[in-house]
Amino acid sequence: MTLKLLAGDRPFLPRGVRIIDDRVRGGKVLLAPEKAVALDAIGEAILSRVDGETRFDALIADLAATYDAPAEQITGDVQTFLVGLRARMFLAVHA
Amino acid sequence: MTAPPPIAMLAELTHRCPLACPYCSNPTDLLTRDHELDTETWADVFRQAAEMGVLQLHISGGEPASRPDLVELTQAAAEAGLYTNLITSGVGLTPKRLDALEQVGLDHIQLSLQGTTADLADWIGGYKGGFDRKMKVATEIKNRGIPLTLNAVMHRHNLDDLERTIEMAVDLGARRLEVACVQFHGWAETNRDQLLPTLEQTKEAKRIVSEAENRLRGTMAFDFVPPDYYSDFPKACMGGWGSTGLNVTPDGTVLPCHAAESIPHLKFDNVRDRTLSEIWYKSEAFNAYRGTDWLPDPCQSCDRKEIDFGGCRCQALALVGDASATDPVCHKSPHHQKVVQALEAAMNTPEQDLVYRKLPTVSKQVV
Ligand code: SF4
Ligand code: SF4
Repeated sequence: MTLKLLAGDRPFLPRGVRIIDDRVRGGKVLLAPEKAVALDAIGEAILSRVDGETRFDALIADLAATYDAPAEQITGDVQTFLVGLRARMFLAVHA
Repeated sequence: MTAPPPIAMLAELTHRCPLACPYCSNPTDLLTRDHELDTETWADVFRQAAEMGVLQLHISGGEPASRPDLVELTQAAAEAGLYTNLITSGVGLTPKRLDALEQVGLDHIQLSLQGTTADLADWIGGYKGGFDRKMKVATEIKNRGIPLTLNAVMHRHNLDDLERTIEMAVDLGARRLEVACVQFHGWAETNRDQLLPTLEQTKEAKRIVSEAENRLRGTMAFDFVPPDYYSDFPKACMGGWGSTGLNVTPDGTVLPCHAAESIPHLKFDNVRDRTLSEIWYKSEAFNAYRGTDWLPDPCQSCDRKEIDFGGCRCQALALVGDASATDPVCHKSPHHQKVVQALEAAMNTPEQDLVYRKLPTVSKQVV
């Protein structure tokens, strides 16, 4: 099945997945079952908008406005990132 | 070289376990209860680990639920800021204890699976009734919504049940299934001839996993550890010696990997004598095989040396008699024949009884 997010999907981090400050190395880390993923600035920007309320289209619009980039251009990158997390079950969506 | 801080710690709270799996990764020389660290010492180790940069704590054993203070220990780990993962057979996890663990902030459970039926699972685990208890615990975990990984340990006697294993994992609501083919250390080495899968089983397992992975995308994630005896290249054990993780045994000995004590010339420090940080950065054992400078040929001139770091030290020792040799699983190793011979021997050995793991009856002397 394709795990691409639809415009109205509201992504969230399921139980057992969270973002923390890495006190020793600096930056933010996504902690999930038996996995720690250091987030770069882009990953952090995307996931800070993932709250189970915000729709995927609104999330893209917000990122486009904040970083002054065309929405079409960033959609692909954001999809790739979120689909990767969904395949690992680190991200879920409310339809 | 300067090592990066560790990311993960495996805490083997105890070697005690109601089960007796013949592939248990614990050493054949098991520690009895009187050698175990007390609650306060473990809690201190968890705090030290978090301060050093450890993010993930794997609470394991033996069976960690055999420790009466499991809830307190989990609480101490959670309070230290660690992500807490309980690695368990499920035996000893009553509903009350699950409630308490949830309350103190347990993040995730990894439940082991010995087989898909009571007959098979209880034979492998050497514990009658174990399968039924595990299924009850799995249901309790599911009802609570605690994130669950099922860890199916696979070998010759249960690989043919892989499809059913995958179905079960989905039914139990696991988010992730680890199909972990037995690695031959500890008790598994003793039982190697009986546990090594056939080449056909190995090929079939790869096919089944990759099909299921596609079919179940978005329902369950997979991690597959193939039997490395059939691989061309070795695994990067622990992502490289002393680079990402460390292991603390029940008595506080700190190891670069769970099987490292099998390397006789290395001296391992204990958290009772030195801080975790000193042990990680300065001890002889952790520096012995760090990085790639120590690697022999053919690894030294190989473009995979930053990928697998020459493979597993314990396997090199077990099969070649030299812990600093190229892992003989690698087809470039001058000792690769040892693996070929071991496979041949295993395929030609008639079926025999399994040797179950057991604690020594007389307590080991404290040295
Ligand atoms: S592998 Fe089996 S015997 Fe060893 S700790 Fe796990 S459940 Fe117990
Ligand atoms: S030669 Fe050494 S580095 Fe190269 S693949 Fe084999 S084990 Fe790895």
